[in-house]
Amino acid sequence: MNMGTDLAYNFVFKVVLIGESGVGKSNLLSRFTKNEFNHDSRTTIGVEFSTRSIQVDSITIKAQIWDTAGLERYRAITSAYYRGAVGALLVYDITKHLTYENVERWLKELYDHADPHIVVMLVGNKSDLGNVRTVPTEEAKVFAEAKGLLFMETSALESTNVESAFLEVLTAIHKKVASKEVTRGSISAVTLGQTLGPSSEFKEERRSCCNSS
Amino acid sequence: MATDNRIHFWKRNPKVPGSLQPVYGAQHPPLDPRRHRLLKDTPKASSLNSKSKKPSTFHEFARSTNDAWDIDDEEDDGMFSLKQPSSSPVQSRSMPQTPCVKFIKAPEETESLPRPRDRQEFISTNPVQDRLDDESGPANGRVVKSCSDAQLNVNAARNTLQKQQSLPVRPVIPLVARISDQNASGAPPMTVREKTRLDKFKQLLASPNTDLEELRKHSWSGIPREVRPVTWRLLSGYLPANRERRDLVLQRKREEYFGFIEQYYHSRTDENHRDTYRQIHIDIPRTNPLIPLFQQPLVQEVFERILFIWAIRHPASGYVQGINDLVTPFFVVFLSEFVEEDVENFEMASLPQDTQRNIEADSFWCMSKLLDGIQDNYTFAQPGIQIKVKALEELVSRIDEDVHVHFQKCEVEYLQFAFRWMNNLLMRELPLRCTIRLWDTYQAESEGFSHFHLYVCAAFLIKWRKEILSMLDFQSLLMLLQNLPTIHWGNEEVGLLLAEAYRLKYMFADAPSHYKR
Repeated sequence: MNMGTDLAYNFVFKVVLIGESGVGKSNLLSRFTKNEFNHDSRTTIGVEFSTRSIQVDSITIKAQIWDTAGLERYRAITSAYYRGAVGALLVYDITKHLTYENVERWLKELYDHADPHIVVMLVGNKSDLGNVRTVPTEEAKVFAEAKGLLFMETSALESTNVESAFLEVLTAIHKKVASKEVTRGSISAVTLGQTLGPSSEFKEERRSCCNSS
Repeated sequence: MATDNRIHFWKRNPKVPGSLQPVYGAQHPPLDPRRHRLLKDTPKASSLNSKSKKPSTFHEFARSTNDAWDIDDEEDDGMFSLKQPSSSPVQSRSMPQTPCVKFIKAPEETESLPRPRDRQEFISTNPVQDRLDDESGPANGRVVKSCSDAQLNVNAARNTLQKQQSLPVRPVIPLVARISDQNASGAPPMTVREKTRLDKFKQLLASPNTDLEELRKHSWSGIPREVRPVTWRLLSGYLPANRERRDLVLQRKREEYFGFIEQYYHSRTDENHRDTYRQIHIDIPRTNPLIPLFQQPLVQEVFERILFIWAIRHPASGYVQGINDLVTPFFVVFLSEFVEEDVENFEMASLPQDTQRNIEADSFWCMSKLLDGIQDNYTFAQPGIQIKVKALEELVSRIDEDVHVHFQKCEVEYLQFAFRWMNNLLMRELPLRCTIRLWDTYQAESEGFSHFHLYVCAAFLIKWRKEILSMLDFQSLLMLLQNLPTIHWGNEEVGLLLAEAYRLKYMFADAPSHYKR
């Protein structure tokens, strides 16, 4: 897998990061899209956004990753957050059992707002803090399987499994997309199942949506 | 495009690296930037001067003003007194750019500090300032953005952005952490005008019954550092205008606050308050992570108390992320009264405990007053913010149709970037010193934080119109809007912004329909 330039990419996949406040969503984002970890990151306000292009089976995929605050208060504002998302990383902190307990609630919200075919991965972050772990790997893995979720433990700090996690999600999305009719949703993102506009070709270049005058 | 004329006016004194001469504006009403340019006798100004105040002229004005804010090469070099040459070549506007990229770091740009091998640490939160760690290995996270079709005007805007983004050589703490306007040390000696203004403030403040109207009028253009603590207390309504009453009122309010602490603070471990406290507790370290002052446990505890007490006394909203930021300016300003050297590095524990307590209590009350005016920003579903964002959209559609249409074409929703502008009162988009200057005006205005803020947001957005129009797809446009390059902004830029906002308000004050939805 390499970092493609995105002079031409085949797909844009919108992926959302969800989970409790403080579990590390923002750093997973920055680790994946910029290969950076920031000890000094601030609380996420509203939605934040970053992209990265990767190669999957010689197809160039542009991952459009959305990050939002984990706090309950913002729910009403960010309901639009899920629109068009084809993948989700549901993140908890392996050292804070409470963040794992709330996963069910996040799943519910996810399915309330997002496409039912959305690819979901349960991510146990902060695996570098194994010595203060409170969520056993096996337990989470079993839970994920039962719910039909992908599963991985990551460390944004040490850069462990972050690439793998995103890659696995994007590959899974790609598989689903390849088996369905692809339609062009809003913001050039691929959506699953819905027909929002004229169907697009499999291979297309980035749309220049604005003619500059 | 008449871009060359603006260079000399905005040029800062290159002999004083990093120092920003405050421009407080002339008199009330604030300085008209058009006349300002005229003073410098530029050809452009004369054509502007002849225009009357019609809405159509605003577009012209906006375009020309935009040029004026572009940072030119000399100015960059002088401002930051770069020890190394900027790693990206100086761009001339007439030359087409090689692939337009953002977030690509020039190869020569390296970390100036040694990094521990087993960790990748970065100081800055702003991707614009982020630096690539060369130790990160083969999978360097360079994101190459797609190019638009090369067009000169597009490239020009990107050149500017790129230049700003590629300013690599900075001290460890980025400028966002330098609250230099609050620092007594290292500040340049006052100009005659500044001295006059300070004297005026002192005169007003010496009166047995402060004329708040006059005080507001003068505060609009910026409050001299020395008198800011007392002026803020007066303008917020915390301190009574009548001098005789002040000590008594202060004492009472401070005691009341610490009464709340005694009464409520222990309940943070109760089941019904635990979540609130927990959220506050994890947010405080993430509030001003780059400023040493705010890493001190003593200071963090102050913030925790203030926020917790406020939250449980305002159950309609409780604690919402963003409110934590709103304590900071008050705290810094009230603290600055007792600090001779850099506020950002000040050791809080060195202050007498009474002083610490007073700063804490005053910060609580002034923050409360601020929030009283915007509480519906934080209640369930945050209706205040939704309304304001809609109002911003409406306003922008009227004052800059190009930008508005551009957003529509690229399917960028105002909520996606302006939410944070409203929720955090632009604090996330500006360095702290700029926020403090901004709040001088907000407190001078009536409903400044709720009403005037809208116009400031509109002026802020339009200020970047050239960069906005140069981003041709959703991704690049949104990323621009979430990472606007204001890291080096100071009083000058804020002054201009406020002047713009004032003009907008003047033009639209009697057109209430943009509030209706």
